[in-house]
Amino acid sequence: MPVVAETLDAVQAATESGYKWGFSTDIEMEMAPKGLNTDIIRLISARKNEPEWLLEWRLKAYAVWLKMEEPDWAMVNHPPIDYQDLHYYAAPKKKPGPRSLDEVDPELLRTYEKLGIPLRERAILAGVEGAEDERPQVAMDAVFDSVSVATTFKATLAKSGVIFCPISEAVQEHPELVRKYLGSVVPVGDNYFAALNSAVFTDGSFVYIPKGVRCPMELSTYFRINARNTGQFERTLIIAEEASHVSYLEGCTAPQRDENQLHAAVVELVAFDDAVIKYSTVQNWYPGDAEGKGGVYNFVTKRGACRGARSKISWTQVETGSAITWKYPSCILQGDDSVGEFYSVAVTTNHQQADTGTKMIHIGKRTTSTIVSKGISAGKSNNTYRGLVRIAPRADGARNFTQCDSLLIGDQCGAHTVPYIESRNPTARLEHEATTSKIDDDQLFYCRQRGLNQEDAVGMIVNGFCKDVLKELPMEFAVEAQKLLAVSLEGSVG
Amino acid sequence: MLEIKGLAAVIDNKTILNGIDLVVPTGEIHAIMGPNGSGKSTLAYVLAGREGYEVTAGSATYDGHDLLGIEPEERAALGLFLAFQYPVELPGVNNANFLRTALNAQRRARGEAELNAVQFLKLARAQAKALSMPDDMLKRNVNVGFSGGEKKRNEVLQMAVLRPKLAILDETDSGLDIDALKIVADGVNALRGPDFSAVVITHYQRLLDHIVPDRVHILSNGRIVKSGGPELAHALEAGGYAAIVPEGASEAA
Amino acid sequence: MSTTAPPSGPVAALNAAAAAFIARYNDSKARLPGDTHARAEAAALLAEHGLPGPREEAWRYTSLRPFAETPFAPSVPAEPPASLLARIPAIEGTRLVFVDGRFHSELSGVPRGIRVTTGEPALGRIARPATEKLVALNTMLAEDGAAIHVPAGIDGGTIILVSIATGHSIGFHPRHAVVLAAGAKLTVLDLALGDGEYLHNPVISFEIAEGATASHLRIQDEGEGAFHLSTAYAEVAADATYDSFALTLGARLARMEVHARLAGERAAAHLNAAQLLGNTRSGDGQHADFTTVVAHDAPNTASRQTVKNVLTGRSRGVFQGKIEVARIAQKTDGYQMNQALLLSAEAEMNSKPQLEIYADDVKCSHGATVGALDGDQLFYLRSRGVPEAEARAILVRAFLSEALDPIGHDQARGAMEAAIAGWWDRHTI
Repeated sequence: MPVVAETLDAVQAATESGYKWGFSTDIEMEMAPKGLNTDIIRLISARKNEPEWLLEWRLKAYAVWLKMEEPDWAMVNHPPIDYQDLHYYAAPKKKPGPRSLDEVDPELLRTYEKLGIPLRERAILAGVEGAEDERPQVAMDAVFDSVSVATTFKATLAKSGVIFCPISEAVQEHPELVRKYLGSVVPVGDNYFAALNSAVFTDGSFVYIPKGVRCPMELSTYFRINARNTGQFERTLIIAEEASHVSYLEGCTAPQRDENQLHAAVVELVAFDDAVIKYSTVQNWYPGDAEGKGGVYNFVTKRGACRGARSKISWTQVETGSAITWKYPSCILQGDDSVGEFYSVAVTTNHQQADTGTKMIHIGKRTTSTIVSKGISAGKSNNTYRGLVRIAPRADGARNFTQCDSLLIGDQCGAHTVPYIESRNPTARLEHEATTSKIDDDQLFYCRQRGLNQEDAVGMIVNGFCKDVLKELPMEFAVEAQKLLAVSLEGSVG
Repeated sequence: MLEIKGLAAVIDNKTILNGIDLVVPTGEIHAIMGPNGSGKSTLAYVLAGREGYEVTAGSATYDGHDLLGIEPEERAALGLFLAFQYPVELPGVNNANFLRTALNAQRRARGEAELNAVQFLKLARAQAKALSMPDDMLKRNVNVGFSGGEKKRNEVLQMAVLRPKLAILDETDSGLDIDALKIVADGVNALRGPDFSAVVITHYQRLLDHIVPDRVHILSNGRIVKSGGPELAHALEAGGYAAIVPEGASEAA
Repeated sequence: MSTTAPPSGPVAALNAAAAAFIARYNDSKARLPGDTHARAEAAALLAEHGLPGPREEAWRYTSLRPFAETPFAPSVPAEPPASLLARIPAIEGTRLVFVDGRFHSELSGVPRGIRVTTGEPALGRIARPATEKLVALNTMLAEDGAAIHVPAGIDGGTIILVSIATGHSIGFHPRHAVVLAAGAKLTVLDLALGDGEYLHNPVISFEIAEGATASHLRIQDEGEGAFHLSTAYAEVAADATYDSFALTLGARLARMEVHARLAGERAAAHLNAAQLLGNTRSGDGQHADFTTVVAHDAPNTASRQTVKNVLTGRSRGVFQGKIEVARIAQKTDGYQMNQALLLSAEAEMNSKPQLEIYADDVKCSHGATVGALDGDQLFYLRSRGVPEAEARAILVRAFLSEALDPIGHDQARGAMEAAIAGWWDRHTI
């Protein structure tokens, strides 16, 4: 089969399966009425053809959620959210988008260009109608590449026994796995937003890596084109059996617009003996305009359980988007000698608010955790690191090292550090360091003396400041993330 | 040609430069000597455009361009290079990447083609080798964890790669042993030619044995109080500033 | 509080305790001296908000439940025993002695050059009953206190401010206010001693005018059945300094809260502390909480904090330290270090150092470490022939010295060392 024809098939398959996953095309009602009640939950469950146990699970979560109060401890402010004023189920209808790139907001296109995103991909990201199924004209087309690569990879994955599919598909195809692990790391009543997600989650990803398997690829390229349309209540579950290994990347450096203001995702990771899960996130949801209007509220619960001995879970995140970020990717270090890592860059500008950090719960012996957090605040934004390190009485020889650095750009923003350090074992050793400073004038001058303009100099210094985190990202994304940081901070200095 | 006329500058309401007149014709190397606090580093910073200095009088032009009215990076693109007395550390910023970004920014500003990573590394390695510097200097973060001598050598390496037309060396010799001093001198001498000029700021005559200046100027209280040939540096070394600086010039301005 | 069985649940117990305090206020308000209006306001605050509860972020690690559930003996006036009096260090300065919260003139001296009044609570200008619930409690029930005023340019020497609890009072709430006029100087050695079960809820405030220096050196060596809940305020004007060190040794449950506001340019605050905790004779672990809030509200201000914890037995140490930098407070220099040594399997440390920064040209940092004694250091000492117990003691003293060394007052430092030696005799490390 000629390469082009194969690609056309691949594109078509991907597009169709995109609808198959989680949404049926034949429903008449495009959107459930606003509001949340048991009828809506039953409707979601029925549309997805879910088994009875999952419906019960959702209803239980809903009952728990009703009794909970929205948390108010984070350093974020927003008008009250009316949970009855949201649609909890919507079939993805094709909205009339711009017909060509000429109709797209030039500001958005300029950003894509700066990020070095290929032309074709820019059209898709901007939601240009027909961009996805248009015949690829250029051989080096990015979508062409990623779709065909994804298809090839899917075969490779199947061969190695890796399951990687939408969670709604996993509910049908692998119900025993989903039932066993869903909610086992983040219980339905864990927190307000996790309970809400459990009641109404629409779709997300499911990954299962069998014993001894090293996932033959980064689960990233594939995700990148499928990340859109996963909806506002995403649910992800990754299980790594003994001695398996997986690297998963979600998100996209390109700015993403979304009409859904509230996002409340839940991600659960389970690692058994000697398993390694590396989870990387680049979050660049719409942050609102320069006055702080609009923008996504991102209330995410991410948690990994290192259940097995010598298991390892590593979170890396680059957070530049959303009006509000409320997110604490955590590790429960149950297995002896298990390892938790959290590497984070959070950039806030304009009126953005980020309250993000991690929890490292040391339960097993000789468990170790490393936290490296770099916060950059500019404009009128507020950026908070909030982290918990807890050493349980039995965690002999546990170790934690935490480094939190904040960089302030301009005198209208805020940078906050709120660590909680709790130790109940004398053989554990915890070290925490935090600094707050501004971009050093001498560094700026030094760069400019060598010929860099102000913005490039800031970009370079900020990237240097974030180096310890960026180097944890998969290579291809590290480069894009670097550009993303510079673009995010454009106009913040001088 | 660098032309400074009646240049006066203050910092925090304190006058540091008090009417500097200096002409450095293209192709020449001039040395500026003077006691601590005479304004040598301030002159270097004002020419390079560091913030915090207020120019209250006078002018400084390079090849007809008004230096004082443009941004530091524009001065760099014109070919002005300042070797810092205290080179700044840039944590997390790789030396080679930094230097390539700077070189390409300058080339872009001058309408020249940019160098790709391979071309750049070839150039940078060749320069490092010519200056007997280890390659790994390029891999490390800019000046982070460098010894005092390494920092100064890194400045010279940057100068060799950027190939400025006007170099200002601000006490680049301070804290160097004799081997490092020779490296610095070799770096400057390698650039020496009809299109290159330099202002070498130093306390000691020692460096001037290796970089022989065309002219030597003595700076005191923000003014050039005496100018002469290389022999002036020797006289200074023999007799100290007191013997050279005229009566009254050492009083507070 | 009554001797009947307390209601169950922390919130119910705290509500009952608050109600008992309010009842006591209603019974005694006719005879309590001082500002009746402030008392009534505080009573209204307490009635509305109650005592600090488990859901409050600032009380995350310290529960007042044991205190709320303790049936205290009724109050009987008593003279302090000689054993307690003997523990007042003999250092130069003027003693102001309060017994069960009331000024005791025979045990006290008369200072020269400074003005001291007693006989009613010294409310001061800067305490905040509306924000700090225990300060509302204090305001409502305070019976006495010292108002200390040091005139401009005067070195007021040293005041030895002693609180002695005889164990015959259910609770007392002394209220002191120290005012230093421009350029004045004063050292206050603030000592709390006692026997038995009681609540000591003092509030002290320091208003420090331009260029003045207040040194506030505290030794909390209460009886092991005691509840020590204290709040200190300092407002520091331009070029002035609040220099404090707090040593916590005693009490079953202790919380020291310090609120320092750097209100003028170049104001400085040093909030150093050491907490040495272990088991009481009955085998319960002590709980002590050192909580600080430093508000940088002017440019070029500086704060320094070094807080050390030595925890043995089943003790629990808490440190909460917050550095707030207002938008106006450019060039702030804030530093905070909190370290804990866990010397037993059951000791526990909870630490929450916190930065809240709204100005960009600042240099703020904090650090925290928790761990055991360094094995290599211990081995090094023992390999040189030092017995293990002594080696451990040497290392613990070295650990503490970083917080103690800045104390410039030699005699006060000596008193601290003596108190630590006394703790050492009572506990094994």
